[in-house]
Amino acid sequence: MDVLLTAIGLVFTPYVLLVMLGAALFGLFVGSIPGLTATMATALLIPITFFMDPVPAIAAIVTTVAMAIFAGDIPGCLLRIPGTPASAAYADEAHALTAKGQAERALGTSLVCAVIGGLLGTLVLATTAPLLAEFAIQFSSFEYFWLACLGLSCAVMISTGSVLKGAVSLLIGLFISTIGIDITAGHPRFTFGSVEMMGGISFIPAMIGMFAVSEVLRYVASSRQKPQVPQQSIGNVFRGLGPVLRRYKLNLVRGGAIGTAIGVLPGAGADIAAWVAYAVSKRFSREPEKFGSGHVEGLVDSGSANNAGLSGAWVPALVFGIPGDSITAIVIGVLYMKGMNPGPTVFLNQPELIYAVFVAFFLANLALLPLGFLAIRLARQVLRMPQRILMPIILMFCIVGAFAINNTVFGISIMLVLGLLAYIMEENGFPIAPTILGIVLGTMLEDNFMSSMIKADGDLLGFFSRPIALSLGIVTLSIWFLPPVIRALRKRSQRFSQ
Amino acid sequence: MRLNDAIFGIVLLIFAFAVIVYSQSFPATFGQSYGPDLFPVLIASGLAVCGLLLTLKGWAARRKTPWFESGDWAKDWHKLVTFALVPLALIFYILFSEFLGFLPTASLILFVLLRRFSVGPLAALGIACATSLVIHTIFARFLLVPLPWGLLQPIAW
Repeated sequence: MDVLLTAIGLVFTPYVLLVMLGAALFGLFVGSIPGLTATMATALLIPITFFMDPVPAIAAIVTTVAMAIFAGDIPGCLLRIPGTPASAAYADEAHALTAKGQAERALGTSLVCAVIGGLLGTLVLATTAPLLAEFAIQFSSFEYFWLACLGLSCAVMISTGSVLKGAVSLLIGLFISTIGIDITAGHPRFTFGSVEMMGGISFIPAMIGMFAVSEVLRYVASSRQKPQVPQQSIGNVFRGLGPVLRRYKLNLVRGGAIGTAIGVLPGAGADIAAWVAYAVSKRFSREPEKFGSGHVEGLVDSGSANNAGLSGAWVPALVFGIPGDSITAIVIGVLYMKGMNPGPTVFLNQPELIYAVFVAFFLANLALLPLGFLAIRLARQVLRMPQRILMPIILMFCIVGAFAINNTVFGISIMLVLGLLAYIMEENGFPIAPTILGIVLGTMLEDNFMSSMIKADGDLLGFFSRPIALSLGIVTLSIWFLPPVIRALRKRSQRFSQ
Repeated sequence: MRLNDAIFGIVLLIFAFAVIVYSQSFPATFGQSYGPDLFPVLIASGLAVCGLLLTLKGWAARRKTPWFESGDWAKDWHKLVTFALVPLALIFYILFSEFLGFLPTASLILFVLLRRFSVGPLAALGIACATSLVIHTIFARFLLVPLPWGLLQPIAW
């Protein structure tokens, strides 16, 4: 209880609250502009949070992301262009409601469901993370090695696109993480004599490149037409919402639960949560034929799921240092820079910081209600903001952000190379999330593998010598080998039946 | 810009081979069979397998997917130049920001890009200068990032 009070005290200072307000406006703005994603908002925010204490820095990220994910619904509803990928699942549905003249109903439902979903996810985060941490305190390098493997395998399996391309993406990320001085022998790898490369590929410029620069490139390459903002006026979005929420209260909880669970899985974030929740909603609906024609039920499920997924992703990130989505991958980089290395020991040594994260999540989701309302009101002005002015400004922020981490232009080179790489990869159907996870987890994977090998004296069976390591190992290996085996068996049985 | 999977496969195979060969130059750790070369070699082997599979997949689908599909924008000369301007702007900053200083470099990059995106000349000039000043104030003044002054050193504030 004392810890919670300390945490509340840490968050409720004028400085932190002001930072959160600024972050909220930033998040709403970025989220509601199509083409600018919540992950990009986080990447652009990092150079600024770099100079803050841990609590305001994390509060800023949490707030920005929660706001951006909701704000992505606004252009989805009004223009049928999702503001962030997390709104893509139901942009058609929401726009169909707008076409029927019910934009208020769509936006109001999205907003309230986002708030409730976010609060549900936070509740799960705040209750399960400390329990898991207590359990995780017994983990040794063997368990962490398997956890990292498990996380990376999940990222490949769940990622959008083919598993093969996901695997390539992951291996590229892992390779990038080996650049620099090697941890066990101290030998420089792939540095080609460059002193700057010895420190390895800095994480923040890499993120800015892969999420922001690549987006600018995509804007330049696309011939996106200027969207036509509908002239329909938006009235009171909360009117008549009570009956809707009462009717679909089960959907609200189900969406929240699905969102949190998918958020916890490494590599799958709010966007996949929304797709799955929407599909589940349609599958179990009593009136599935109404889906697609402007039916509010799917919005309830998926609107609550994507905001719940955000907090779910923080569970593995805080407890094991394994990110649940690309946003928490960035967060883990920030935590390391703040000396708050994620893992069960933070829960023991600095519990007030962990609880401050929870408090920030609750506060951000509650603040979403009035601020989201404001954003809906201002939507038409924001959507008129010309992208041809915005994109060069974003590029300039990227440059300064990449420079600011180490104060060298080398960061800008990293940003450029990885930005181009990410652009080419995405254009050709290679998902980006596994690369990010590879860069974040590569060092942890190798570090734990090497120390385990030294402990076990080179005996690979050592990796299965402890009960938890054994079960984690079996789960990981079955993720790798079961799908092809099952596929082969099915083919054989088909051949027999013919 | 879309390429046939086989092209990615072949590039990956070459890359993986180069990594494996280069990793052989890493010193071995005394008394152990695993050293700094173990992980790069494992990763490269994985990439080689994926590269091989991609090549086979791309070859099998070569009738349906062309080797190279540039997309409409690359045929459009104007668009291609615009696309190239983004990396060029970054390279320009890397090479000249130290000498010119942040404010001139940033204003110039912003002005050129804005003009290219067909923003009017006066508006582009105003936005370029104002944005550079705002970014400079935020990062150099408040966040204490040592953005270079370059030519403007004598009038640094």
